[in-house]
Amino acid sequence: MQNLLSLITFLPLIGAFVLMVFLRGEDEAANLNAKRLALFTTVATFALSIPLMLGFDPSNPDFQFVEENAWLGGLTYKMGVDGISVLFVMLTTFLMPLVIAASWGVEHRVKEYMIAFLALETLMIGVFCALDLILFYFFFEAGLIPMFLIIGIWGGKERIYASFKFFLYTLLGSLLMLVAMLAMYMDAQTTDIVALLRHDFGTETISLMGFQVVGGMQTMLWLAFFASFAVKMPMWPVHTWLPDAHVQAPTAGSVVLAAILLKMGGYGFLRFSLPMFPVASDLMANFVFTLSVIAIIYTSLVAMMQEDMKKLIAYSSVAHMGFVTMGIFAANQQGVDGAIFQMLSHGFISGALFLTVGVIYDRMHTRDIDAYGGLVIRMPAFALIFMLFTMGNVGLPGTSGFVGEFLTMSGAFQANTWVAFFAATGVILSAAYALWLYRRVVFGDLIKESLKQINDMTRNEKLIFAPLVVMTLLLGIYPALVLDVIGPSVEALLDNYELALAEAQTQLAEN
Amino acid sequence: METIILFAPLVGALICGFGWKFIGEKSATNTATGLLFLAAFLSWIVFLGHSGDEVRSIPILRWIDSGSMSVDWAIRLDTLTAVMLVVVTSVSALVHLYSQGYMAHDENWKKGESYKPRFFAYLSFFTFAMLMLVTADNLLQLFFGWEGVGVASYLLIGFYYRKPSANAAAMKAFIVNRVGDFGFMLGIFAVFVLVDSIQFDVIFDSAPDLAAQSVSFLWMNVNAAELIAVLLFIGAMGKSAQLFLHTWLPDAMEGPTPVSALIHAATMVTAGVFLVCRMSPVMEFAPGALTFITVIGATTAFFAATVGLVQNDIKRVIAYSTCSQLGYMFAAAGVGFYQAAMFHLFTHAAFKAMLFLGAGSVIHAMHHEQDMRNYGGLRHKIPTTFWAMIIGTLAITGVGIPLSYDLIGLPIGFAGFVSKDAIIEGVFAGGSGYAFWMLTIAALFTSFYSWRLIFMTFYGTPRGDAHAHEHAHESPRNMTTPLIVLAVGSILLGMVYYSGFVGKKSETFFGSSVFNYAAQAEHGADEGHGDAAAVEAAPAETTTAETADAHGEAADTADLAHLEGRPWVLHEYHYVPTWVKLAPFIAMLLGLGTAWLFYIRDTSLPRRLAEANPGLYQFLLNKWYFDEVYDVVFVRGAKALGRFLWKKGDGATIDGGINGLALGIIPFFTRIAGKVQSGYVFHYAFAMFVGLALLLTWALLGGLG
Repeated sequence: MQNLLSLITFLPLIGAFVLMVFLRGEDEAANLNAKRLALFTTVATFALSIPLMLGFDPSNPDFQFVEENAWLGGLTYKMGVDGISVLFVMLTTFLMPLVIAASWGVEHRVKEYMIAFLALETLMIGVFCALDLILFYFFFEAGLIPMFLIIGIWGGKERIYASFKFFLYTLLGSLLMLVAMLAMYMDAQTTDIVALLRHDFGTETISLMGFQVVGGMQTMLWLAFFASFAVKMPMWPVHTWLPDAHVQAPTAGSVVLAAILLKMGGYGFLRFSLPMFPVASDLMANFVFTLSVIAIIYTSLVAMMQEDMKKLIAYSSVAHMGFVTMGIFAANQQGVDGAIFQMLSHGFISGALFLTVGVIYDRMHTRDIDAYGGLVIRMPAFALIFMLFTMGNVGLPGTSGFVGEFLTMSGAFQANTWVAFFAATGVILSAAYALWLYRRVVFGDLIKESLKQINDMTRNEKLIFAPLVVMTLLLGIYPALVLDVIGPSVEALLDNYELALAEAQTQLAEN
Repeated sequence: METIILFAPLVGALICGFGWKFIGEKSATNTATGLLFLAAFLSWIVFLGHSGDEVRSIPILRWIDSGSMSVDWAIRLDTLTAVMLVVVTSVSALVHLYSQGYMAHDENWKKGESYKPRFFAYLSFFTFAMLMLVTADNLLQLFFGWEGVGVASYLLIGFYYRKPSANAAAMKAFIVNRVGDFGFMLGIFAVFVLVDSIQFDVIFDSAPDLAAQSVSFLWMNVNAAELIAVLLFIGAMGKSAQLFLHTWLPDAMEGPTPVSALIHAATMVTAGVFLVCRMSPVMEFAPGALTFITVIGATTAFFAATVGLVQNDIKRVIAYSTCSQLGYMFAAAGVGFYQAAMFHLFTHAAFKAMLFLGAGSVIHAMHHEQDMRNYGGLRHKIPTTFWAMIIGTLAITGVGIPLSYDLIGLPIGFAGFVSKDAIIEGVFAGGSGYAFWMLTIAALFTSFYSWRLIFMTFYGTPRGDAHAHEHAHESPRNMTTPLIVLAVGSILLGMVYYSGFVGKKSETFFGSSVFNYAAQAEHGADEGHGDAAAVEAAPAETTTAETADAHGEAADTADLAHLEGRPWVLHEYHYVPTWVKLAPFIAMLLGLGTAWLFYIRDTSLPRRLAEANPGLYQFLLNKWYFDEVYDVVFVRGAKALGRFLWKKGDGATIDGGINGLALGIIPFFTRIAGKVQSGYVFHYAFAMFVGLALLLTWALLGGLG
């Protein structure tokens, strides 16, 4: 299967194309067909990704399933996956069928909706597979467009404001990245990521507008990439677009946003910042630690005070992403392993949490925490599932949420005990906001008239949650499934990182 | 067999949680109970067949593998584990049985609501998590069990989810425990950084190296062993409700009473004690941390006992009593007397579980009335419960024949007498005068509040609702049977297991599962001496030899001088002065006498005393105002800070200031967009796509070319 990666990447787009060209009409039958076709496409994509996973050799830290072709205008089309990216591809293909299934209730412009999601899937997979700078940038930025549409068209009351905020925030960050990429091309004379990973970018101190930039070119490039990835993560203080975007996005949009789009920042740090600019990463580690720790504590406290369920979960996402950035820049095996694990686990858990909000939003059309209370009495199955993911969010051992948090903090402790100390307070705070949310929504007596007739989850809803439940528990009990795959690649990455740092040290000594 | 013990409760939990719909409530709960009795039976076989030196490791599954961090799911079986297996499964099995009766009718639920299977599922799940905790062969699996029991406790405290007070108590328990976990996790990280493993065997072997090493933590430069010991103990303080982190335990009484017996008396709350004993090879190299443990333990024992004096809720009295007794165990562990700590854990499990189950039986009889001021004169109405409670009280207050050990070589008395007196003598021998006085005074208070409970409940004239008193009835057989079993345990366990835990056979009994630095030193020093120590030491030589060998080399080179000179309490505590041996007994008599005076002889005395000292009375009644202070400082503080960061931080500063530019642009776009149909969004998106393409083209042709 030479073109397996391309096939996986573009199959959803083909599905979108079929929908666009062949599906006519706006009646119910057409809508149902659109849903079915979209579901079929995403399932087929997932099915195709299974041989990818089976054929992937975890012990080999290099890129696999590599494809390279000339593209228009002298560009190169190069795709491939390694231990770091392959599971993100899997995460995407795994979640998309669930996202489509969770959108079964959509009635407004169904065809366009499905097209947007399918196109989005292609672009997201592309980000994780691209091995060419320009190709990566294309996928990375183009992914904004369908998401922008999803929020802007199928969103809530303030959708226009939220979608523009989302778009501008992320785009502004990315423009700097584009400039940096051009600078990289000029320096290395290639846009091939594999080659760039081996290229040494200059670290000599340069003088810029009267400032001495320690780490030179690497620092400049690092900062430019950071501008983009930090917004995508999102890191404090550029996180404020996320709560608005989540609140306004339709349920499925929130799921994709939290579960997959947020992972692009972390992936970017791992693919570019850490391996390509090791000296700068080392210089900037304390800066990132500071922002991460602030994110964990600050957004946890803010989450506690939220009155809107989605906002609360959005803020909790920012806190969880703080663990990711902290782990990545701890730059040791546990830290980076933990960061990747945390991203994957957060994909399942936060995705599921947004789906649970969707379940009751569909019934009551409000996300106000105060509008609920005592749901356990009418909705025991919902209460159970919500409890499981709440505990996952809290990082309970036995759920996947624990492994990532534990490993990232363990990695951070080796780098700097202060960081681990402050991050560990997040363990207390996350319990506070998550359990308080649960208590206000699910526990208590059911006294609100509006809730008296609410119905428990349907069989279809349960079926959507089932895979997420399985993954959350499975990865919590047997995380080797993930750690074995990412381990060798992370190890290779860190070996190169250490080597580069050591070289820079000797160079510094020689000068 | 160990695997069956471990997983039987999990199977029970799953059957009760999900299977009851298919096989019915009754068979589901019966199955869970049966599985627990099976586990208890097997545990006794393991316990009785276990020899001290044996340390077995049974791997189950890989868990976390990341670089040099390699953790498996595995069972570690040594004496500590074997003891805990017996305690956990026996009490749990009895509580399962008891709950069949206690939960049969519950007025908190509406007709047709099914709550029993859920209750049993939680109970069984709790047992599973607790077993994971005690069988762990590494710190992380222990932490898994630690958190698992925390969740089970959370779910069971909040079992009556309609009650706001129950929900609040559940949350409080979980969050306060997480404060302890915060320390625990940092402790695990520190261990991993320093030892490069979190496997118990590896940690124990490198303990002497830790003691000789200093490490920088935050702004401090501290001894590595001390750091680890203190951090892990902070975890223990949370779970075992020690001073400053104790506030959740009294509130946890919101849960159904069998839960209080199992989780908040006999098993979960002793996990902290177990942790300290489990880590004895490290603790022994951290004398500073040990002193801290003794001080916290002794102070908690005293503090909780003072609060227990004035509480009126029957369950809260016993809750504070538990808190206090846990303090005793820590005080013992802190002077290196882990054997006594474990012994008291063992006996306490029996008599405290029984006191709770007895209280449950009273509450059951009195239609869920828990205020002792509304009890009185119940001894003829519920005789079995009365006698069980009397035995429990004799045990907890420490009734026995003082000095009997010196006369016949075996202390004669109720279980609590044997183990508690060993602790009080032990802390004296260990050189902690503070702990000795705190614990002795606490013993006086214990005796007072325990008898106060008995006198207020069973003696005098019936008070409160006459209807409830008229209908008070003895509990069904499935509730009284566990009481009787535990009553027998409360009488005999102390005497039967005395020599094993803290007597002549102690060293062979515990083998290498408990480590004493002083013992190792002593064995080295008095080879050939004819005194009692050497006689005891002879068989023990082999058991500690292994540890000593492993430690020997490192200890030689390391600077461990600060560890010398501490007494070996297991040996020394027999030789404390006679007045020390008599002190707890006298304290007990004083407490009993005062309680009799206050609640039988002249029942107006307590009121007059409270009126004479209103400040002190309020101070005690309000539990030293811990809850109030915490509420102002932490709860409201965090909320205010959260609101401030949200409105002023995110709202005014970030959205308003740093991104003023973006905010300037967004309304502009929004205005345009607001005028047009949402269909135009497509056109914008298309424009963006074209823009992106143009940008790329420009970059490639113009920028790169």
